[in-house]
Amino acid sequence: MRALDQQALKLGIIEALGVPAAVLGAGFLGYGSLVADAGYSVWMMLMATFAIWALPGQLVLLEMAGGGAALTATVFAVSLSAARFLPMTLTLMVLMRERSGGRRLWHFLVAAQLVSMTTWAVAMQRFSDPHPKTATEHALRTDIAARWYYFVGFSTLCISAAAICGVIGVLLIGALPPLARFGLALLTPLYFFVTLVGEARSRMQVLALLGGAISALVLQTLSSNWSLLGAGLIGGTIAWWCRKPATPKPTDPPQSDAQQLDPQNSDHPQSSQHTKAAP
Amino acid sequence: MTEPVVWPLWGMILACGAATYVWRLLGVLLAGRLNPQSPAFEWVSCVAYALVAGLIARIMVLPTGLMAHTALTDRLLACVVAWAAYRIVGRNMFVALVSGLVVFMAAAYWRGVWPS
Repeated sequence: MRALDQQALKLGIIEALGVPAAVLGAGFLGYGSLVADAGYSVWMMLMATFAIWALPGQLVLLEMAGGGAALTATVFAVSLSAARFLPMTLTLMVLMRERSGGRRLWHFLVAAQLVSMTTWAVAMQRFSDPHPKTATEHALRTDIAARWYYFVGFSTLCISAAAICGVIGVLLIGALPPLARFGLALLTPLYFFVTLVGEARSRMQVLALLGGAISALVLQTLSSNWSLLGAGLIGGTIAWWCRKPATPKPTDPPQSDAQQLDPQNSDHPQSSQHTKAAP
Repeated sequence: MTEPVVWPLWGMILACGAATYVWRLLGVLLAGRLNPQSPAFEWVSCVAYALVAGLIARIMVLPTGLMAHTALTDRLLACVVAWAAYRIVGRNMFVALVSGLVVFMAAAYWRGVWPS
């Protein structure tokens, strides 16, 4: 381990200690309380956190296991809720891989398990930071080997913070007065609601949100086992189908409107280089 | 109610962890070989997005456990307040969550005092 790698590891840990750990912690505080409310032990909560490490998937598992859904339906639904990890890991690994192949495969397999929405977003930004302030930040823009250490340091701290807050959530739900318990139980769903609705920009995302929410509620009355899976497939496919305006001509006014509202919209072939996922 | 074989919870957790890791593994193996902006990826992200939206809608509208004791109006009110706060105070998650929770708990308290 070079001195630069150590500095990168340290920078990762320090950067995670602020807002990223706090936001994740809030989500997992609520998650822990939901797990305890559903009657599961703190060990199950920790096991799910380390094995899955994706809060939406963990919530799907909790909802479906609590409702007595079949294993197949649960595994499919959790897996589909995590499908975004494929493009995320794909884009991140390109930035951490050396062409000479100096890094071993297991390094990437470990890093892949550490990817979450938060760690991915921060790392993508850090590895292409246009205004590096310190020497280490600057080195991360060019030294690909050091990036792995940064990512591992950052992610490990995030997982630890999440696990600790989850444990606190489990303990708190039994100790608080009823009113505060209601608040704690609402914390994580509310967090996701604000993230999803507050950050939905493209027409495709809004359609996916509406389609998923409506189909889940309609399907729930038919079959609670398959409602989430069905909601994802039906709502997602409808949104994907409608993602482009009906007549994609360059002079089509709705399209130029949509592009104006959403400069990061990847629906439009000409704007595809400008999406945030591009390194 | 009539599940023939109930998997132990730890088995379900590990199976879900493995199912999640499949996507991560594919990402490692296919890095640099696939275009992350292809229509197939767009479909995958739409499905994941819709599934999580469905999950949150289900928890908010048809909750189980503790949340089932709260009123639907209060939960929806908390969502609207948190979202409005998020937009007004420049995308600050903490302000959003605290405002939503305070309104939610105040509404629940009010209902507890004057049950409707």
